[in-house]
Amino acid sequence: MAVGTIHNKDAFINKISSKLGRDRNESVILPKWEHRPQFEVLKGASSDELAAAFKNNSLEKSTYVVETDAKNLASALEKVIEKYGGGQLVASNDQRFTEYGLDELLKQTKAHVWNPVLGEENIAVTKKANIGMFFSDAALAESGTVVQFNDKDIARSISLLPMAYVSIIPKSTIVPRMTQVAQAIHKSVEEGNNLATCINFISGPSNSADIEMNIVIGVHGPVEAVHVIVNDM
Amino acid sequence: MAMKIGDKPFFDRVDDALEDNFMRNAMAEAQDGLRGRKLKATVEDEQIGDWEEWRSAGEEIRRHTLENLDYYLNQLSENFARQGGHVYFAETAEDATRYIQDVAKKKNAKKITKAKSMVTEEIGLNQALEEIGCDVYETDLAEYILQIDDHDRPSHIVVPSLHKNKEKIRDTFRDKANYTGTSEPCELTAFARSQLRETFLEADIGVTGCNFAVAESGTISLVTNEGNANMVTTFPKTQITVMGMERLVPTWEELDVMINLLSRSAVGQKITTYVTNLTPQLEEDSIDAPNEFHLVILDAGRSNALGTEFQSALHCIRCAACVNVCPVYRHIGGHAYGSIYQGPIGAVLSPILGGYEEYGELPYASSLCAACTEACPVKIPLHEHLIKHRENYVEKKGMTAEKMAMKTFGIGASSPALFKLAVKGMPAVLGPLVKDDSISSGPGPMKLWTSVREFPAPGKGNFRKWFDDHKKGRNQ
Repeated sequence: MAVGTIHNKDAFINKISSKLGRDRNESVILPKWEHRPQFEVLKGASSDELAAAFKNNSLEKSTYVVETDAKNLASALEKVIEKYGGGQLVASNDQRFTEYGLDELLKQTKAHVWNPVLGEENIAVTKKANIGMFFSDAALAESGTVVQFNDKDIARSISLLPMAYVSIIPKSTIVPRMTQVAQAIHKSVEEGNNLATCINFISGPSNSADIEMNIVIGVHGPVEAVHVIVNDM
Repeated sequence: MAMKIGDKPFFDRVDDALEDNFMRNAMAEAQDGLRGRKLKATVEDEQIGDWEEWRSAGEEIRRHTLENLDYYLNQLSENFARQGGHVYFAETAEDATRYIQDVAKKKNAKKITKAKSMVTEEIGLNQALEEIGCDVYETDLAEYILQIDDHDRPSHIVVPSLHKNKEKIRDTFRDKANYTGTSEPCELTAFARSQLRETFLEADIGVTGCNFAVAESGTISLVTNEGNANMVTTFPKTQITVMGMERLVPTWEELDVMINLLSRSAVGQKITTYVTNLTPQLEEDSIDAPNEFHLVILDAGRSNALGTEFQSALHCIRCAACVNVCPVYRHIGGHAYGSIYQGPIGAVLSPILGGYEEYGELPYASSLCAACTEACPVKIPLHEHLIKHRENYVEKKGMTAEKMAMKTFGIGASSPALFKLAVKGMPAVLGPLVKDDSISSGPGPMKLWTSVREFPAPGKGNFRKWFDDHKKGRNQ
């Protein structure tokens, strides 16, 4: 990967240091924060309690919730596809579909599995798709949020372009809130790892309250959202 | 265009606003709604614990970040460029727009999609891009409404089209975009979706603002609900993000706290529908991600606040919680401020960014009730900043009517003879203006007061005489 460019940095930053009344700061130690309320939210909650909170908060965000186990996941998804009218299904290129025994379902439904080799054809199919299906990498109980670490295979378009998104959430990945995901990302950065190009926190269908403060579900992103919680514990 | 709205003097803008009953009702309803949602998601939400602790956490993080802004901006830019992104530090709005114009020219860009961003509004980016022949598409619903209504200006930081009702929006869609539907918000929204769908996919460049940048990883975080920011940052091959230089956090751990404060304070949500975090891990063959990413970091007057008593104004996270509780904003609405930044934070920020000459009267658009300070999720002492601005403004202006009145009072009060004369003479001087024990049309400095309410007429007796009589009575 080529390194990018930086323009006008020194003059700009030196001016800031001068306005702050000192020489340029070359090293700063992050203080130990006195106030840390984020760690108290759902502290000590069991996985059942986290799943229950995740479910309630998803429902609050106009999201349909299904609870199932690994054995019945395929049939649960089949029912969801039927409920939302079938049509073109697009799935991310994710090994977990195989691990959870969903290859047959993808085949039966003639799903388009995202394939970087096909280039723009992926977008052409996805923009007409009815359902986009993907695994969530983490889920937030506090807000009914799913998290995607997008790359070439876990494409951004899948949760964005189709009329509905269906996210599969392994129960073991549900954490109290964004705090735990942010901590894990921070640790990964400290270890020198590069981040996914897009880390997307998604909480239900797109919406807006811009017209007279009326909440309208379905603006530019999906109009429907489904969270399928799979008991993998 | 850019930051300034309209050319009329401040008090004329206020007069216009006070006559606009629809706008005032809309503002009152919106304030009540937004304030109610915020309370439900903050002090009334038991799940998140003590909201005051969250506010203290926010204040602590913002103070530390601003005190070390030079360090964190350096870290952010190095991390962004290390991963292939391009960073441009812009001293002025003109520097920023020139750089973005150059990028657009190099890319031979024709179609540009934009997510909602106050900072691009501040620098007049749309106009700059249109000048070089680009078509710019606002994609946030409220911004889209304003754009097709002959580039109307925002009246609220979070909900820019708050001053328009659904019938007005329907008429605008009909007149400007051949809309044939009703005024139902669902139908109007579906129309905007259909109008912009293909444009998202065809755009050459996507432009966004920045809610927060994360210094440790070179990440840009966007907080949205409609999905348009995701569209804007997914399909164009070039992305340009413009950020005010103060909008960053040290690490992801602080980002977590700020996202919570912003989502709950701005729109009363536990988290917005999308929190999209973009890092320039650029791949030439990416299908649905940009392969060129520019970050423009803007000063444009912000550094005027650094090292001064106004530094904490830069802690602002643009949630508009202060706007939503301000009794003055409730009555005069957003456009009366004459700045794209309205309400208490607008009255504090606009003079910092644009100077007292242009915005010096804005700090007077406050009752100093301190509701804004109490509402601020990062504890900016807004009403104290407003008082300090007023002091600076009066000092800068020299002999103003206010100052002259105070000076005259000072002379009078320091001389017993003059004071006695003035007290005795007041009923006689104001006598011709008195009707039914009050004055409804006062002269000079009284004029502003009496234009909205009556002023009680001076009593016919005076305190000194009453006191002498009283004393005599007690001694008898």
